[in-house]
Amino acid sequence: MSNKKMGMYNEKVMEHFTNPKNVGVIEDADAVGTYGSPVCGDMMEISLKVENDVIVDAKFRTFGCGSAIASSSVATEMIKGKTLEEALKLTNQNFVDELGGLPGPKIHCSVLAEQAIKNAIYVYAKEHGLELEGLKGFDPDSEFEHDDEEEEEEEDL
Amino acid sequence: MREVYLDYAATTPVKQEVLEEMLPYFTEMYGNPSSLYTKGFEAKEALMQARSRVASLIGAKEREIFFTSGGTEADNWAVIGAAKSRKSKGNHIITSKIEHHALLHTCEFLEKEGYEVTYLDVDKDGLISLEQLKNAITDKTILISIMMANNEVGTIQPIKEIAAIAKEHGILVHTDAVQALGNIPIDVKDLCVDMLSISAHKIYGPKGVGALYIRRGLVITNLLHGGAQEYRKRSGTENLPGIVGFGKACELAEKSLESHIKKITELRDYFLSGIMSNIPDVEINGSMEHRLPGNLNLVFNYIEGEAMLLYMDLRGIYASTGSACSSASFTPSHVLQAMGVPIEKAYSSIRFTIGDFTTKEDIDYAVKEITEIVEKLRSFSPFDKDHVMETSQKCNCQA
Repeated sequence: MSNKKMGMYNEKVMEHFTNPKNVGVIEDADAVGTYGSPVCGDMMEISLKVENDVIVDAKFRTFGCGSAIASSSVATEMIKGKTLEEALKLTNQNFVDELGGLPGPKIHCSVLAEQAIKNAIYVYAKEHGLELEGLKGFDPDSEFEHDDEEEEEEEDL
Repeated sequence: MREVYLDYAATTPVKQEVLEEMLPYFTEMYGNPSSLYTKGFEAKEALMQARSRVASLIGAKEREIFFTSGGTEADNWAVIGAAKSRKSKGNHIITSKIEHHALLHTCEFLEKEGYEVTYLDVDKDGLISLEQLKNAITDKTILISIMMANNEVGTIQPIKEIAAIAKEHGILVHTDAVQALGNIPIDVKDLCVDMLSISAHKIYGPKGVGALYIRRGLVITNLLHGGAQEYRKRSGTENLPGIVGFGKACELAEKSLESHIKKITELRDYFLSGIMSNIPDVEINGSMEHRLPGNLNLVFNYIEGEAMLLYMDLRGIYASTGSACSSASFTPSHVLQAMGVPIEKAYSSIRFTIGDFTTKEDIDYAVKEITEIVEKLRSFSPFDKDHVMETSQKCNCQA
């Protein structure tokens, strides 16, 4: 598949969407996190391999739109080799920046990756009795925060 | 790369014959139909010929066709015009939950103006219940507006029966026939409707032109005020090239209606059987019985519609979805939701609409590519046969 700029997505987003990195499930994962719900239109599952508090591998599976899949891909790339604390510092904006930007109404979709990663690390920290700075005040069941701008629906006659 | 357009319900290309008929009206025959000299008369003649062709396709008289800027204006005019002209008789309108937004948002506008609107439910096939319609009628009901065929799932409503019920109560009937025109036979006299909206660009005519059929003798309030065009009912210098194109498109549609229906039904069924035999876990939204010939609306379980559309786009296949990924403002199709399709399946739904330029080779290509696309996207998905999406789950991210 070619990676041209398409409609509202730039080339980099299209590359991560059409050839996403790290798709799948780590068989002997140290932690698995999920976020979203099919009822919301997107859901991400992430599995991590952790050695000495460093994420050595990450894989994902996402039900969602182009930007949800592209964000999942770029996010898993970015957290590999990072310590748990470093990974917790990453926000959806870092993923959006790495992708070279997402269209306004689609920025929200990158929150999925941030939350799924935090959930996975939360699970890991709990199981290993770790006190992580980046998890202070973290609520794994927190709701999406909406700051989307109003968008008109598109339909045809 | 091959281009396969499977979105004829969104719009259609203008046919060559239509374009050729339109062209002189941009340059040589640019006259204003209202002008009192030869250039005006020849324009007027073209206008009348187009009116006659449009009337013929729906079994109307020429004087019953009023050209508009499209289906949206026709819908607005019918509903607002009828509501205003009948205000002394009542303030209640009955419509359905699966109407096009040109109708729904017009009704919402009227609600703010003090009108009351009943939105009828539909069953899993997208059909309204005549019983529920009868029960919704009050002594204040002035208008029933139900679309002839739905744009997303192609469901064809029993308009003749609806009109008969309305007539018993002296209530006006309007139908949005934008999707039905040229795809099923329409006879306004047989249907007994008072008003009917149509549009050119869905039947291989140009964009920006449509018409409202208003039964002879019925007077509704004008939407636009100004000159005396369209028998003093719709002001504004006529979009003559567009109207001429609409007329030609109607003429072509009338000539080939039977063969068109046969051809696109066969292709649609060929497409459906190709998808069904190659891809597991696909479902059909709506019934195959009361459906427009070229329409298919499919659920590709476990994958999200927008992702699928983009992958298809990369391979030159164009279709559409009534939903987009989650965000406070992107909500899944109101039509599918009204039919009781679970939200997560609505997110996985794609509409394909087949038309006159679709070929068997197009379908073969589309089936092959879509099979690969679905396989690839499903390999990214956390869901499959054994990990089904939980339908009971609530979305906590939506307002």
